[in-house]
Amino acid sequence: MLDLVNIFVKAIFVENMIFAYFLGMCSYLAVSKTVKTGVGLGAAVIFVLGITVPVNYLLENYILKEGALTWIDASFASVDLSFLSFIMFIAVIASMVQLVEMAVEKFAPALYGALGIFLPLIAVNCSILGGALFMQERQYTSIAEATSFGLGSGVGWFLAIVAIAAIREKIKYSNVPPALRGLGITFIITGLMGIAFMAFMGIEL
Amino acid sequence: MSTEVKEAPAKEVVVKEPSEPLFSKKNKKLLIDPLDDANPITVQVLGICSALAITVQVKQAIVMSLSVLAVMIFGNLIVSLIRNMIPNRIRIIVQLVVVASLVILVDQVLKAYVYDVSKALSVFVGLIITNCIIMGRLEAFALGNKPWPSILDAIGNAAGYGWILIAVALVREVFGSGTISFPGLDEAITLVPASVFDFGYMNNNLMILPPMALITVGIIIWIQRNRNTKLFEEN
Repeated sequence: MLDLVNIFVKAIFVENMIFAYFLGMCSYLAVSKTVKTGVGLGAAVIFVLGITVPVNYLLENYILKEGALTWIDASFASVDLSFLSFIMFIAVIASMVQLVEMAVEKFAPALYGALGIFLPLIAVNCSILGGALFMQERQYTSIAEATSFGLGSGVGWFLAIVAIAAIREKIKYSNVPPALRGLGITFIITGLMGIAFMAFMGIEL
Repeated sequence: MSTEVKEAPAKEVVVKEPSEPLFSKKNKKLLIDPLDDANPITVQVLGICSALAITVQVKQAIVMSLSVLAVMIFGNLIVSLIRNMIPNRIRIIVQLVVVASLVILVDQVLKAYVYDVSKALSVFVGLIITNCIIMGRLEAFALGNKPWPSILDAIGNAAGYGWILIAVALVREVFGSGTISFPGLDEAITLVPASVFDFGYMNNNLMILPPMALITVGIIIWIQRNRNTKLFEEN
């Protein structure tokens, strides 16, 4: 149990998707103009990561990995399908995103309108595929660990986008050089936040 | 071709005269706009993740730009060719399958010919699939336009992406490690002579760390918008 909490907290702070790996920056920069849309997209990312990472974990361990197919027959022990992992992972992600898109369109049309093109682009949000690839690289031992990693990364991403959206709402009232307004200052602030988050690096819980 | 012509007016396709020259004014605009006015990174905000993560060395940046160029050209071409056959509901999955297959090809080619760079790029070759610049252009352009303009759009956007990537990598490598590396060279060219180090000059290790990539891109945006004032944004 403590292991799971450990992985969860580590994924939020130490290995934050935005500040430590810069994954999912595109939607992070484009949808962070107000806290409200930031919260919406952040919640969608938590949801999608929380579902796709465990599903991809099952895929990895029961189909793709070398020797993973032995549950069918012992003679499959030498089959290694890992070169297919990109396409399999992205297929799972794309179908999950399409499901989420349909659900949001039906149950929260206002949010659907606000998120615009960025909801379909969650499929190409690098943090989602990045989550699957990190899961593959780090070899988590159980599906519970993979799930807590997925949820933790999602929460970390959520925190980051809400934080930058809050800062951007305040920045409206300050006198930024005209050429730096909007995108430029957001980049620089994110860089400074990234330097601050580096303080968490190397912490072992 | 006949089916395309029949269906074209129903969708919002840019209808073009068949006799239009290959490099008409509109087509040239497709090629040149993304370099500055509609730059994918600094204006459209697409493809940021990889731009930040693999700009520690010029070599990696060049290889990455070429990979993205290859994937974009063929991706735009293929999606543009089958655009009238894709049902709207599943278009994202279709696009992703096209891009993912191309990326697997690029990955294998990199492993075969520039193994050391492919190792250094690690996950980021895989992440070309989710590089929003590719999906963004497929959604916004290739789905509604004919093959030839789509190819031009791909080349223009990949070039706009590439020059920012190489500029950021140049700043980071020169100030961070004092060298410049190129694909094909075994060792990087040293720019800062040893005698300067004797006077107490030091490489700025902060430049190597990821946050400085963000700040460098921020500064490039600052310079670009100072020269091109119509890109100013509201605060």
